[in-house]
Amino acid sequence: MSTTTVDEHGGDDHGHVTNTGLSNEKLAMWTFLGSECLLFGALISTYLLYRGKSVSGPTPKDIYDIPYTSVSSFVLLMSSLTMVLALAAIQRGDHRRLRVWLLATALLGATFISGQVYEFTSFIREGLTIKTNVFGSSFFVLTGFHGVHVTLGIVMLLSLWSMSMRGKLPEEKAEVVEIAGLYWHFVDVVWIVIFTVVYLIPSN
Amino acid sequence: MATVLEPTTTTEDIVDAEVVEESGLLRRPKATTGVWSWLTTVDHKKIGILYGITSFTFFLVGGSEALLIRLQLARPNGTVLSADAYNQVFTMHGTTMVFLVVMPLSAAFFNYLTPLMIGARDVAFPRLNAFSYWTFLFGALLINSSFLLGGAPNGGWFGYAPNTSITFSPGHNIDFWIFGLQILGIASTVSAVNFIVTILNLRAPGMTLFRMPVFVWMTLVSSFLMLFAMPVITIALFLLMFDRLFGANFFNTAAGGNPLLWQHLFWLFGHPEVYILILPAMGIVSEILPVFSRKPLFGYPVVVFSGIAIGFMGWGVWVHHMFAVGLGPVAVSAFSVTTMLIAVPTGVKIFNWIATMWRGSLRLSTPMLFAIGFVAMFTIGGLSGVTHAVSPHDRQQTDTYYIVAHFHYVLFGGSLFGIMAGIYYWWPKIFGYALSERLGKLQFWLWFIGFNVTFGPFHLLGLAGMPRRIYTYPKHMGWDFWNLVASIGAFVIAFSVLIFLYNVMHSRKVRNVVGDDPWDGRTLEWTLPTPVPAYNFAVVPTVHGVDDFWHQKYTEDEQGRLVKLPPQEAQADDVDPASIHLPSPSYYPLIASFGLPIMAYAMIYGAYLVAVFGGIVIIGALYAWALEPSAEPHDDHEGGGGGDGADPGDTGSEGAAAVEEVDA
Amino acid sequence: MTTHEPPPHVATQEHEHPGEAVYVRVAIFLAVLTGIEVALSYLKIGGSQILTNGSLLVLAAIKFATVAMYFMHLKFDHPVLRRLFVAGLVLAVIVYMLYLLTLHTFIGS
Repeated sequence: MSTTTVDEHGGDDHGHVTNTGLSNEKLAMWTFLGSECLLFGALISTYLLYRGKSVSGPTPKDIYDIPYTSVSSFVLLMSSLTMVLALAAIQRGDHRRLRVWLLATALLGATFISGQVYEFTSFIREGLTIKTNVFGSSFFVLTGFHGVHVTLGIVMLLSLWSMSMRGKLPEEKAEVVEIAGLYWHFVDVVWIVIFTVVYLIPSN
Repeated sequence: MATVLEPTTTTEDIVDAEVVEESGLLRRPKATTGVWSWLTTVDHKKIGILYGITSFTFFLVGGSEALLIRLQLARPNGTVLSADAYNQVFTMHGTTMVFLVVMPLSAAFFNYLTPLMIGARDVAFPRLNAFSYWTFLFGALLINSSFLLGGAPNGGWFGYAPNTSITFSPGHNIDFWIFGLQILGIASTVSAVNFIVTILNLRAPGMTLFRMPVFVWMTLVSSFLMLFAMPVITIALFLLMFDRLFGANFFNTAAGGNPLLWQHLFWLFGHPEVYILILPAMGIVSEILPVFSRKPLFGYPVVVFSGIAIGFMGWGVWVHHMFAVGLGPVAVSAFSVTTMLIAVPTGVKIFNWIATMWRGSLRLSTPMLFAIGFVAMFTIGGLSGVTHAVSPHDRQQTDTYYIVAHFHYVLFGGSLFGIMAGIYYWWPKIFGYALSERLGKLQFWLWFIGFNVTFGPFHLLGLAGMPRRIYTYPKHMGWDFWNLVASIGAFVIAFSVLIFLYNVMHSRKVRNVVGDDPWDGRTLEWTLPTPVPAYNFAVVPTVHGVDDFWHQKYTEDEQGRLVKLPPQEAQADDVDPASIHLPSPSYYPLIASFGLPIMAYAMIYGAYLVAVFGGIVIIGALYAWALEPSAEPHDDHEGGGGGDGADPGDTGSEGAAAVEEVDA
Repeated sequence: MTTHEPPPHVATQEHEHPGEAVYVRVAIFLAVLTGIEVALSYLKIGGSQILTNGSLLVLAAIKFATVAMYFMHLKFDHPVLRRLFVAGLVLAVIVYMLYLLTLHTFIGS
């Protein structure tokens, strides 16, 4: 018989050893991310289905600003770096750095969202809305869903920052940051796919 | 200190009614009996019972819808229901039976049994579990409220677009369908995550995956199917919603929209969905047949692998719902082959069930009758399914009553027979008394006869050319006789259901207490006292093999005959139940869940600010949930602690470590 | 408590965290790949759109895998996490490609 010590990480869930050695929360987040692949896959495939099928209205060639979106994509990519630096910080007990990197991630995420908002409004001004054609519908719904996911992520990051400020995020709770990070990286990874498939690969 | 354990379903003895050190918005609830205890429960057993009662109620609703259909179709040129009313009734019959009956009845069993069968004290995320139930309830109420709010969904349970677009379906009927299903989808997805983590992480020592009961395996496979299939219909419903509410063009053919997009997305969900509907019942039957044959399940690993194979292959056959839409010979042939192939693992299971019974010492109690009925009726349904796989033949069968025959044989003859078997089998464990055998057998025979009299003729009607989804039919098509027979059969089924209800009420009064292990079971739930204590296991068991409990009770002599072993000493006396740490009840799952119908109604009626308010309720409740302290005064770690809205989940597992210390 | 399960993977996660320097290098790698992608989107390799598109997809896949393996720590974690995620990913790619194929999405574009 052995007793498990409460301060073990990873293989421990509030004092109980789990069969996989992973905490319930971490396993749950990865399970959830598996299902999110099906969610975004449906939206991306819908976009692909309707590529080149619009009967009228602006097409991607008419309206995409690749350099602009590239900068936006770069910003989101860098936010993954700041996220993982935030995790590294809390894992070594550096709470000040944790908060700096959390804020940086949220800021970069917010920059990305602002970029999206600006892009959407300029498309609308140029005559592309969700109603215009199948391109408009599939574009706005896909990127809109992604944007909502990013926004929820920013809310989570700011909550973590606030908890840390109030001393409610000690080193033992590093896994919470890790799990939030998993969500954040996933949202970034979806954008990697969207950027390539939707923006970079041209539709003739 | 020796403590005599009194069986109790309340947490009175367990949860210390002390004030919490720091309170969240609301003090953590402490009710252990009464209505509040049910509203705030996080106990998987109570949640299982809630699912069971709610879904059985909807079975009566869906059944009534079926009776209305059969009344309308009993005679040609029926006048019981107008075309519009018929569309609503048959849509709701299908939607109700799939989403509000079979899925949640399966969930009732998943909830009650999974932790017991793997030797755990609760699921991985008890509050999330409660949230799933309340979300299911609100979704079910929302979609049914449509009857009073201008009309129920009327586009079929499959909602083909653009028929369900705003052009062809003005009014709110379809909006209720969309939002109701979205809410139900959240409940299922969350539930899937919960059960996957529970099964992968919380098994008792020694319970490797291949020592788990088949029912738990089927729960795991079904949960994966739910996890991956729900997002697909979620998107389909969003696309339709955006078309209807915001003028998008996904299914607008004039703008280049493709109706087949809907069909692909719906059936990509829909086919795995039917495996979600049948696998739990297969799991139930795999538990019952061995017990009532006094033989182990024949080929346990093969049965498990077949279930897993069905889970995988179920993703490769969906186009067989679209054989007649004009996809062309390549697609149709390919999916014809894959559909035939999926019959193989299914057939393997059937042979294994038969081999289990072969030369067994059969006891034909009510659960066993329903289980054998399952094997027979599901086989018939499976055979008609194989004929659909042959795509040229399906060209004749599709959209006829032959298809309706098939899926009722597998869903009623399969899922419902299996679920009924489970109800009779586990009733004594759950409620502490048995259902009457006499009434049970009466119900079984009427149910069995009624079922075959109703759905058998559908094969003939289909082959005689009667289309499906029609509200009436003219005279002299040759369909009159069998339609009348089927309608009579439906009322026989209804009568058998009344007998079941009478059985429940009567048995409750008579209270035939049958002890902890009335059927001489094989799995861990039968080791527990009845009713099951809130903490399930006083001592977390260590498992040494499949059917561990059976091997504690029996061994075999040289001739292979069963020899009863002396009963094991109860170790329960060493354990003080108050030392077992249980997850505390909570208000927040209910509150968070309540935000969903607020948002849904607001969206349906275009009150977008109210929708925002609903969103705030949800987010606020999730925050409070994540940050609420545990009510246990001697809890080292502050409760919650997750700022991300996800449920950190008190698994109550500290108790396991504490108990094992005592045990050693 | 004894368990017949393989011992919990407690230690692994603590020891195998890449340091900050690794993370920065990974980020630079990702940025470079992104730059290459953008440049590629303006060119057509060997005059073949298919080759260009293929390369873009390969680059995207490499970026995806890199973020997953390093930033999401999948390379160093318990294999069950990788399996869970890859299962969803592979399933999504297969079924969605399949249905697009039945609708002749990739023919003659």
